[in-house]
Amino acid sequence: MTSKQNRLLFFPYFIWIGLFVLIPIGLLIYQSFIGIEGTFTLENIVTYFTSATYLTMTLQSFIYAFLITVITLLISYPTAYFLTQAKRKDLWMLLLILPTWINVLLKAYAFIGLLSQDGSVNGFFDWIGLGRQQLLFTNASFLLVATYIEIPFMLLPIYNAIEEIDPNLLNASRDLGASSWESFKNVIFPLSLSGVRSGIQVVFIPSLSLFMLTRLIGGNRVITLGTAIEQHFLVTQNWGMGSTIGIVLIVLMVLTMILTSGRKKGKKGVGRS
Amino acid sequence: MKKKSFSWANLYLILIFVLLYTPILYLIFYSFNAAGTMNAFTGFTGEHYQALADDTRLIRIALDTFRVALLSSLFATVIGTLGAIGIFFVKQRKTQTTLLGLNNVLLVSPDVIIGASFLLLFTIAGFRLGFFSVLFSHIAFSIPIVVLMVLPKLEEMNLNMVTAAKDLGANNWQVLKSIIIPSIKPGILAGYFMAFTYSIDDFAVTFFVTGNGFATLSVEIYSRARQGISLEINALSTILFILALGLVSGYYYVQQQQRTRRRKLTDIDPTNHQKAVSP
Amino acid sequence: MKQLIQLAAVILGVSGLLYIGSLYVDRSEGSAGSDTLNIFNWGDYIDPALLEQFEEETGYRVVYETFDSNEAMYTKVQQGGTAYDIAIPSEYMIDRMIDEGLVHKLDQSKIEGLDNIDADFLDLSFDPGNQYSIPYFWGTLGIIYNDEMIEEGAIQSWSDLWNPQYKDDIMLIDGAREIMGIGLQTLGYSLNTQDDERLQEAFDLLESLAPNVKALVADEIKMYMIQGEAPLAVTFSGEAADMMWENESLHYILPEEGSNLWFDNMIIPETAQNEEAAYAFINFMLRPEVAAQNADYIGYSTPNEAAMALLPEETIEDPQFYPTEEMMENLEVYENLGYEYLGKYNDLFLEFKMLRRE
Repeated sequence: MTSKQNRLLFFPYFIWIGLFVLIPIGLLIYQSFIGIEGTFTLENIVTYFTSATYLTMTLQSFIYAFLITVITLLISYPTAYFLTQAKRKDLWMLLLILPTWINVLLKAYAFIGLLSQDGSVNGFFDWIGLGRQQLLFTNASFLLVATYIEIPFMLLPIYNAIEEIDPNLLNASRDLGASSWESFKNVIFPLSLSGVRSGIQVVFIPSLSLFMLTRLIGGNRVITLGTAIEQHFLVTQNWGMGSTIGIVLIVLMVLTMILTSGRKKGKKGVGRS
Repeated sequence: MKKKSFSWANLYLILIFVLLYTPILYLIFYSFNAAGTMNAFTGFTGEHYQALADDTRLIRIALDTFRVALLSSLFATVIGTLGAIGIFFVKQRKTQTTLLGLNNVLLVSPDVIIGASFLLLFTIAGFRLGFFSVLFSHIAFSIPIVVLMVLPKLEEMNLNMVTAAKDLGANNWQVLKSIIIPSIKPGILAGYFMAFTYSIDDFAVTFFVTGNGFATLSVEIYSRARQGISLEINALSTILFILALGLVSGYYYVQQQQRTRRRKLTDIDPTNHQKAVSP
Repeated sequence: MKQLIQLAAVILGVSGLLYIGSLYVDRSEGSAGSDTLNIFNWGDYIDPALLEQFEEETGYRVVYETFDSNEAMYTKVQQGGTAYDIAIPSEYMIDRMIDEGLVHKLDQSKIEGLDNIDADFLDLSFDPGNQYSIPYFWGTLGIIYNDEMIEEGAIQSWSDLWNPQYKDDIMLIDGAREIMGIGLQTLGYSLNTQDDERLQEAFDLLESLAPNVKALVADEIKMYMIQGEAPLAVTFSGEAADMMWENESLHYILPEEGSNLWFDNMIIPETAQNEEAAYAFINFMLRPEVAAQNADYIGYSTPNEAAMALLPEETIEDPQFYPTEEMMENLEVYENLGYEYLGKYNDLFLEFKMLRRE
């Protein structure tokens, strides 16, 4: 395609990049240099990198997001794989994606009911003789609910990646005498990695900012970066500090993205040659 | 042997299925509870549905929520698909990486940050908060998801087809219409689907950029449910669930119809043979 | 390609239908008038029947939106993209909003019924002469506990919260000033302390409270206390009244050390577009019978003296909700701390929340 027509067609996309990516980032960067008294200062960034509170919080937030991503992946990958093998896989897939259409807050509230002292889960524990436990406001239930909410978002890209694998490749590997495990290990798994990568990207980042869940399910016991940003923007009105945390987060994430996409291309190149 | 491993797989799927549906069925079950709480089921009642039918505010918000979701994902899909094609055909590797990076910024930003920065943007632009600020924000955060869904399909596309079509004198528009779009169609549909899901699911961004009485279900449920659970909300989730189930069944039925038709066509399609032979 | 375009057309069609649907729903509400009144209020802070009555009497159509903190409300009003005609913030936020020119100065000649308000609630330091705001409700911060889990009378003061017996039992309100205030008042300091050493002292004291804290939430406390999820909680008086109404095992106390006294007043934001309707609403809420019905429904204490006469005696004689003069002396009102100290309170509170980890 000629670059001239190219530009015309992609005009809306570039407008979007300008308006909703570059300008907001610019505003955030600008805001991060504004102290709580409205003056230009480097105070925010200094506070962030010298305060043990913020650094621990950042670390914690990453650990939680990491755990959520790993658990989600461990549950979703087999599901996606089995789905591609199943009869009526499209129907199954749709049914598994369906819960995402029920609002996330509704699901959170369902869990509040399920996990409360008089809730069904405790009723079940009582019945099997474990006795009632404190479930709500624990780290475990925060992880449970977060994982629950993220599963479909991990499932879809992995499923798509496995679905796209050329069946001829599998036939070939079978013809060459590979067992189904060997086919999985040498053909399906490497080819499904692009889906895993998108899945991780789609799950990991939102997991850093599940501020609703930290409050509703975690009882504000788990503080994530998202909670800190929300607190600074909506409660403490310290937009500067909130923006600073946001900028740090964006920089870290962009770095990660550049690293992963670079590796991806390299691998593909090797595969093709 | 094969049969057995198959049933294990099914068992696993059923387990996941049960896990994913438990909270939803729980909500639905208690929407019929006469006691008015989500703890003890004392008797069957339809009164919460009656209350819902009388609640015009909630009904209007539900309609608005779906309107925002349908429209925002449509615009996001159009812009995102064109953007993905743009990124794909950029010649310089460096520019491509930069564009991809920019594309992913919104994806990697926590939604709190997106909401906050959009609020800053609307404030500076003097833009009135309400339906359009929410719609634009939803379009904005859905675009990168669409790009992410479409790009892999473009990478898989047979570039020889494009070159061949050009050699045969096709112009860019024809190439786009007859070759590129059809081959990335599944990606486009998946992109729309994901964008719709994100829009319906969003709470944080909407929370920041809404105002003047405009609300989506998430925001409204958040403000209501904090005052204690109202089973009217449970009744609403039942209806939303049935609606989603209906849509999904319809979608599946249409897809199945198409599939059988397509299968019949490909059976007699001579190029099919060729495709299978070519490496 | 054709298929995709068809699909897009269908989506646009459905969206159009949804829009028509929402217009239709609006119309079926009966009040199609374009003369609307936008109210921005706390969640569950008005009797909905009164809104209907107001619509019927005046013909204005009420658009009602809620917020969950003074700060969230402030953000939306200050942003400028909104046009609320009435907002109901608390005193320290009103102070700040007046300073920043966000509040419309009231035309006293348009207000009827201000003499219904108890003089104690007029002409307060945050708004001398009530030039900008009209009292709506007032209340205190205290402790609510469940006598099925805690012996009746066992809780009298803030310091009782530190009892190791209540490990993992307490639900706290998620507010920096409230929680820092508990630390300060337990030590006998002012809620508006602007002294780094004393603040640090209060923080150190709160640090030892951390093991007893179950969760830091807000409006949800009501639901959890009614269901018996937690034995005790720190909450606002009106919320407590609601809980006790639903669950008879609950008791509310005003701690011995003293507590916070707060006021929520009606204001007209500078961005308001329908001042006439706003004045009509203020006058409507000042009527004794309306204020009484609202207080009965919400459970907070009304500043409307004429309305108090209409309330059941047991309500207005309950010293936990309408404290005696003597108790009032222990109560303290939040002052606008200014950015520097507000920031310090917030930072310490954030640190307190981090402690919750262990």
